[in-house]
Amino acid sequence: MIEIEHVTKRYGEKVAVQDLTFTVKPGIVTGFLGPNGAGKSTTMRVILGLDRPTSGTATVNGRAYEDLPAPLHEIGALLEARAIHTGRSAYNHLLAMAQTHGISRRRVDEVIELVGLSEVARKRVGGFSLGMGQRLGIAAALLGDPAILILDEPANGLDPEGIRWIRNLLKNLAAEGRTVFLSSHLMAEMAQTADHLIVIGRGKLIADTTVADIVAQASHDAAVIVRTPQAGELRDALAGENVTITSSEREVLEITGLTSAEVGTAAARHGIVLHELIPQKASLEQAFMNLTGGTVEYHAGMFEEQAAELIGEPA
Amino acid sequence: MTALAETTTPQPARVPAPTGRVTLPHVLRSEWTKLWSLRSTRWTLLVSVLAQAGLSVLVAAIQMSRWNQLGPGERLHYDSINTAVGGYHLAQLAIGVLGVLIITGEYSTGMIRSSLMAVPRRLPVLWAKIAVYAAVTFVLMLVSALVSFFIVQGIVSSHHVQHSLGDPGALRTVIGVALFQTVLAVLCIGLGGILRNTAGGIATFVALLFVLPGISAILPASVNNAVSPYLPLNAGTTVASHTFDNPNHLAVWTGFALFCGYALVAVVGAAISMRRRDA
Repeated sequence: MIEIEHVTKRYGEKVAVQDLTFTVKPGIVTGFLGPNGAGKSTTMRVILGLDRPTSGTATVNGRAYEDLPAPLHEIGALLEARAIHTGRSAYNHLLAMAQTHGISRRRVDEVIELVGLSEVARKRVGGFSLGMGQRLGIAAALLGDPAILILDEPANGLDPEGIRWIRNLLKNLAAEGRTVFLSSHLMAEMAQTADHLIVIGRGKLIADTTVADIVAQASHDAAVIVRTPQAGELRDALAGENVTITSSEREVLEITGLTSAEVGTAAARHGIVLHELIPQKASLEQAFMNLTGGTVEYHAGMFEEQAAELIGEPA
Repeated sequence: MTALAETTTPQPARVPAPTGRVTLPHVLRSEWTKLWSLRSTRWTLLVSVLAQAGLSVLVAAIQMSRWNQLGPGERLHYDSINTAVGGYHLAQLAIGVLGVLIITGEYSTGMIRSSLMAVPRRLPVLWAKIAVYAAVTFVLMLVSALVSFFIVQGIVSSHHVQHSLGDPGALRTVIGVALFQTVLAVLCIGLGGILRNTAGGIATFVALLFVLPGISAILPASVNNAVSPYLPLNAGTTVASHTFDNPNHLAVWTGFALFCGYALVAVVGAAISMRRRDA
């Protein structure tokens, strides 16, 4: 369990995180979503005791990270920024970390095997590809066999094979009942792996919800596309509060605020001929817009930019 | 395909839950591993040993070959013990640079984040770095100085100016040069910890030790005479000198104590920086 309470972090004038409060619940995968620069990495660094919050507290299993007698056994972390001396071999890096806790060499070999780095374990990390670096970072996170894992953009810069590997690994770790706190700037990536979602923007909490909730909400608000030779009549027939109708072609209407059943029933009642009646699938983009539409501060152009980035397809 | 399957179906191992905790002995072992697992460290230490042991031998050989060209005063005041430990003039550069690098190397590569995540109390990392590097420096420099002492005495015996280790001040000077290098190592770890930047750390080390005496020397003589004995290098090398060319120096152990004081200031600065600043 990770608890963040009223955490604010300022770097000089710049406020990276502002009055953030949320809980990462045990035993599930919690996604931490926000555009680059939203404060995700800062929040994670605060949790890990690397950065001291300007105010507020962050605790892991009820204790400040600093007070954990054996942190690697409680929480394993993969940071976005590299945290490995490039001149050292993967094996020696892991060994040096293991030794701080008296963890055996056998365990070092085990995690190397686990992430598939056995063949290059004795080579210097400086020559590693991004993917190998991520694997080594994950090996370090797993060294102490912790019940909590905190991973900052683990799929960043990986090729499809690497992404699939990370996804499988996360699935397995979650299946073992570990708590996983995972950041990403890709909504689609999150939808595939996370149960719960914490969304932040500009250092503030935007949403603390479940993926299922977001998708359900989006489905409710999804558009219905209608093709009809009597577009004008249908438009009049459907007009009402909370109903938005737009038209991109003469005979096509895009209706939001009504289900396809409601549109079809109304058309029949008015004797309007429909050629097509297509309910649109709830897109994650829509889901995200609905979710964050209420945060006034983000309505402007800057928000659309953020949202577009958030929604981007996984590589 | 087999290789691919191997890496794409990870099986998180269920090992017996490890139960270790962070203790100072554990952190010492970790820092020991860190020190020796870098190629740059091993090379720099090798250079420091070759410099400390080899330079004196080379200098002694040159002095002896030119013995007949030396003035009578030079011959009279020739001190083969100073020659024997004189390798520190070169070795100190390697020791100091490595001291800075031991800590700034972690900041420049991001390794410090891994170190501090494993040891979130932070200060044990600093103490362990200091302890490991100081111990390694002391042993290597003491052995190098002893080796060069005996070789140099062998060389200078051709003109009967040799000393034995039992002569007054001889053993103190040999041990003293190792002590000087050890405290220098600690001082430079402190500088690295304060500055967190390799270029800045090395520049500060060079400025403090080698540039300050130069600046002092161009000041009016009265000021220079008053100031120069207290400069870090002059204070520190008293313990590594058997006889002094310049009479204006602190007493041997006073000078060394002052040098230890400088190192202490740097270490305290590094400790405060490590505790207070974000990693």
